[in-house]
Amino acid sequence: MSGEWMTLAIDILRWASLGAGSIFVVIGAVGIVRLPDFWSRLHAVSVLDSAGVILLIIGMALSAGLTLVTVKLIIIGVFLFITGPTATHAVANAAFVSGSRPAGDDQPDADKKAHES
Amino acid sequence: MLKILTSMIVLFGLWLLLSGLFKPLLIVLGLISCALAAAIAYRMEAVDGEHMPMPLHPVKAFGYAAWLMMEIAKANVVVARAIVARSLNINQKLFSVPSSQASDLASVVFANSITLTPGTITVETESGYFLVHALDHTEGTEAELAEMDHRVAVVETGDEKVGEHV
Repeated sequence: MSGEWMTLAIDILRWASLGAGSIFVVIGAVGIVRLPDFWSRLHAVSVLDSAGVILLIIGMALSAGLTLVTVKLIIIGVFLFITGPTATHAVANAAFVSGSRPAGDDQPDADKKAHES
Repeated sequence: MLKILTSMIVLFGLWLLLSGLFKPLLIVLGLISCALAAAIAYRMEAVDGEHMPMPLHPVKAFGYAAWLMMEIAKANVVVARAIVARSLNINQKLFSVPSSQASDLASVVFANSITLTPGTITVETESGYFLVHALDHTEGTEAELAEMDHRVAVVETGDEKVGEHV
């Protein structure tokens, strides 16, 4: 009896996290299209690779149970947690160095070089 | 020699973990590639016993990771709502944030934490401050980042009193 309740609880949890993760991925995708410029679109990506990735990995780990697959999923999650922000930073830094500045920027030297892209 | 053996054992453990197959052929192949990797690391002089400084407090690092997860969850909801809101109401800003970490590793932890939290991205790192871009800059943004800075400094030194000038 308690075993059945356990499976039911895990089922609910895993579909909840898979569903919520998918919703965050869709929101991230909408954000990439909808937000106005390069700088704000970077933030939409960060929704995608934090909440989306975490919830989907939790959901998949609950589906896999206590197996090697779960270990691999956790390793993938840890790697994405380190490489995701590093990649975002690299893109943002490349844009900054090449002279792109966000709207509403008040850095003193920025206005002279600013060009909207 | 001990270092090479340790790295071989760790590499082979990773091999077994990722393959999950225990056929003799694959085990032997795994042993050979682990020995090769360790030999290359030895030739590169990457194994010398002095490249493992961990200027982080291990117990406090776990506490920080839990706190960061909560922050990421909250920030995700905020940014997701900003994206799906009927009228786009964002206030982008590029501003500098003081960073009080001593070591490179702790600076990387702070910079990556900023980028990992939706709504803020580290654009440029200088010594003593970071240039951060915020999607929706409000009056509380600087205070939140200052708190994160303080927490990373605590993880680095293990001392609760550090960097309380903010």
